Amino acid sequence: MTIIDAVLGDFFWRALIGGLGVALVAGPLGCFVVWRRMAYFGDTLAHSALLGIALSFLISVPLNLAVIITCVVIALALVMLSRTRVLATDTLLGILAHSALAIGLVTLSFMPNVRVDLTGLLFGDLLAMNQQDLLWIYGGAAFVLTLLAVLWRGLLMSTIHEELARVEGIPVERLRLALMLMFSLVIAVAMKIVGVLLITALLVIPAATARRLARNPEHMVGLAIIFGFVAVTGGLTLSWHLDTPAGPSVVVTAFLSFLLVYSLARKPA
Amino acid sequence: MTEPLVQLEQVTVEFDGRPVVDRVSLKAGRGDIITIIGPNGAGKTTLIKAILGIQKVHQGKVSLATGLVIGYVPQQLLLEATLPLSVRRFMLLSGQPLDECEAALKRTGVHHLLDASVHHLSGGEKQRLLLARALARKPDLLVLDEPAQGVDINGQAALYQLIRELRDDLDCGVIMISHDLHLVMAATDKVICLNQHVCCSGYPADISQDPAFIDTFGHQVADSLAVYHHHHNHSHNLHGDVVSRTGAEGACNHDHH
Repeated sequence: MTIIDAVLGDFFWRALIGGLGVALVAGPLGCFVVWRRMAYFGDTLAHSALLGIALSFLISVPLNLAVIITCVVIALALVMLSRTRVLATDTLLGILAHSALAIGLVTLSFMPNVRVDLTGLLFGDLLAMNQQDLLWIYGGAAFVLTLLAVLWRGLLMSTIHEELARVEGIPVERLRLALMLMFSLVIAVAMKIVGVLLITALLVIPAATARRLARNPEHMVGLAIIFGFVAVTGGLTLSWHLDTPAGPSVVVTAFLSFLLVYSLARKPA
Repeated sequence: MTEPLVQLEQVTVEFDGRPVVDRVSLKAGRGDIITIIGPNGAGKTTLIKAILGIQKVHQGKVSLATGLVIGYVPQQLLLEATLPLSVRRFMLLSGQPLDECEAALKRTGVHHLLDASVHHLSGGEKQRLLLARALARKPDLLVLDEPAQGVDINGQAALYQLIRELRDDLDCGVIMISHDLHLVMAATDKVICLNQHVCCSGYPADISQDPAFIDTFGHQVADSLAVYHHHHNHSHNLHGDVVSRTGAEGACNHDHH
């Protein structure tokens, strides 16, 4: 047995490699969540992932695909509903986030022949990571990172000043859609590791920690990835040795590094 | 004068069926400076957004010269504090090469801030940075939304002087919104007073020869340099409809008194 087979055959290493892959994309996307104040939006998308899981059992579509499609549909619905200005965006998010989660749970309960590890879906599960998941994670990461690199200037510019970006001919709306697609993808692949309830934490906390030390946007992205790595490695190690749930352990580690950096580092530029 | 850079014909913009910009026509060519003044909610910002093409027009036509490059200076650079950004990085995001960016920063007098964080700039420095940013694109038309906002009195005069010089350097057109009429009058070719519709418009020389206007203007300068009172022979009710002070509904004969 080669070393690679030995590593991929061990569930702890599989989870760790998968987790690092997720942190790789959670870094840059988490920065956008922080910059564009989309934390609650990310939560809504993550919660709707559970609806996607229920649907995948209902109409037998591959799990990841169902989650991505559900997230994209919910994201588009959010954008359109917020344009009508019938309700404030945070109210709208509050309605959709919890309704999506609730509908997902209710739908799952109607399928007694489907056995789902609900705790694993909500809070992440170390054991659940298989080799196919790793393929999804790294395929998704490669796609998202390439797209981010190509669209970087436009995305950053429309984040800094949307109207200025528009006047300069940057396709703001299309970039917003691209960003939503990327979020949906990340949620689909991160779900197994940290669970739908904690995905936003993996996006927001490393990015917020990075802000304290960063001097420019790219610097912040790099640091967010590193803090993501720390959170995943620390969290999974904790989970392995103390038998704590994977997702919460990752988030606790991220939170500890956040506290450490904010108590030690000076106020940033 | 060659073909106009931008021409508006009877442009109407409605929010929920209520006209916010009502049948406004204007024309700007190279070398023109047009200043839009008017009370809050008069549709000034909406009007320039229509010119910029980021606000849908419900009626009328906005025509821009082919290949027109617009340099836009937004009302305020409200930056998300969570986004670390240096002046250099902000300028480079325009897509222009560094030497062009540096030249623009030198022109507006903030080149020494190249490596500063944009979050640490004063109001005046931010406006000059935004101006430099617009300049780096080598615009045919500069559109400014209250460029002197958050700038002290001395800085305001210098800023309007700079805008006038830039017009000469670039031979571009300038359309701006301003409340600082006393400063605008010195720098402006044409003033448009907007209150949904065009209340009055004209060249400062013509308007300022009106003794009644000098009266208003002098009084306001003496009173306070920052506040501008503009008197009309008609008022607007809460719906923005014209209410004549003499009682005739809809009267708007565009005189000052």
